[in-house]
Amino acid sequence: MIEIRGLYKKYGKNEVLKGVDLAIEEKKIVAVLGPNGSGKTTFIKSILGMVLPSKGDIIMEGKSIKKEWKYRNNIDYLPQIANFPNNLTVKELINMIKDLRQKKSADDGALVELFKLEPFLNKKLGNLSGGTKQKVNILLTFMFDSPIIILDEPTSGLDPISLIRLKELIDTEKKKGKTIIITSHIMNFVEEVADEIVFLLEGKIYFKGSISELKEKTNQPDFEHAIASILTQSYA
Amino acid sequence: MLKILKYSFYDLMRSRWSYVYFVFYLVLGFVLLFLNNNVSKAVITLMNVIIILVPLIGTIFGVMYYYNSKEFTGLLLAQPIKRSLIFLGQYLGVALSLSMSLIIGLGIPFILYGIFRSDAIWDFSLLLITGTFLTLIFTALSFNIALSNENRIKGFGYAILLWLFMAVIYDGIFLMSLMIFEDYPLDTFSLTATMFNPIDLSRVLILLKLDISALMGYTGALFQKFFGTNFGMFLSIGILILWVVIPAWFIERKANRKDF
Repeated sequence: MIEIRGLYKKYGKNEVLKGVDLAIEEKKIVAVLGPNGSGKTTFIKSILGMVLPSKGDIIMEGKSIKKEWKYRNNIDYLPQIANFPNNLTVKELINMIKDLRQKKSADDGALVELFKLEPFLNKKLGNLSGGTKQKVNILLTFMFDSPIIILDEPTSGLDPISLIRLKELIDTEKKKGKTIIITSHIMNFVEEVADEIVFLLEGKIYFKGSISELKEKTNQPDFEHAIASILTQSYA
Repeated sequence: MLKILKYSFYDLMRSRWSYVYFVFYLVLGFVLLFLNNNVSKAVITLMNVIIILVPLIGTIFGVMYYYNSKEFTGLLLAQPIKRSLIFLGQYLGVALSLSMSLIIGLGIPFILYGIFRSDAIWDFSLLLITGTFLTLIFTALSFNIALSNENRIKGFGYAILLWLFMAVIYDGIFLMSLMIFEDYPLDTFSLTATMFNPIDLSRVLILLKLDISALMGYTGALFQKFFGTNFGMFLSIGILILWVVIPAWFIERKANRKDF
């Protein structure tokens, strides 16, 4: 269980998060949605400890994450933009991350197979295409068996087959009983995978609940329109 | 931290620039020994080169490495590693690989020339020690600059300014104030002012070791009296160590308070 208590974040004068309170239950897939600049990435990075909150606290398994780092052993994170050191090969990168994580039980072989990354293993990361980099990114995220998975825009740059594979992957991880947090702008994808929606608007939680609750609340027949109606209301 | 150090070091050892830097010193060492045919003279010439070049390379390399490895850093920050160790590891990786280029690059020609049989061995060691210190100091300073500036152009600008100030402007101000206040006793002032600039401090240390302080007139005599003693020597080394430890401590502090 991840508990977020009164989270505020300011970058200079720009207030991104203005008091987010949220409890993320275990074994659920939670989608964090919101328009551009609503604070999704800041929110996720706060959980990872990459962004330090101006106010508020994040409690993970009963402990505050302030000044802690060991808790990151329990998190697999997929960053939004897949940027890697350019002069390493894919294989070296995989081995390096394994070495840094000190987990011997990494399941990289099956994932290499799944995403057909075999021919790229000895290529330098700087020479890979955006989509292939994203596949490597996904591989690095899913090769460990951690109870929490955080995915920031996992679908960007993926071809349709890889997208289907990713969905399958998320599905199997869910069945293993993992907590998964996702941000995405692809509404179909969110609708397919998410159990719960958290909608961020101007740094606050505007809505939290299931997709059917959201449809009810907005009186819209489908999910995409429900989200659109929140956005038009807020921009009006 | 050792793992980060290992990967940073490994990464740098594969980059072309480390070799360019290494080969530069190798060639410089051979050429100087060949032309001078005298170890002591070569050490003096080398000192003049090292004292200006090492801080410059340290600053530029530090800033460049920090900005170039931003992606790598982002990747590491999401891993279960203590934050300050990531940056200290990277810092040491850069500083040590630069120091190695310096020590091995100069070491090979001098060893081949027979430095172990010459009495200039201590002068030469001191030269390498101060060179290593200057690398550690200026890389640490440049990491601080890079950590405080998201904008790389600004970061590079400040880094160059820092070097220019320490290597050139500081001496200018120092000499000007000596001239303006020449009617006053300036012993303590000039000693303190030297202490506050690692480049000046290294230069004075080496010059005094080479026993050419007589060339520096009254100031030389004064410095000889102070730095020539064991106390002066230890104090200087102590101050050089402080020049490494304080900026390194600032790297840790800055890294712990930054958002990524």
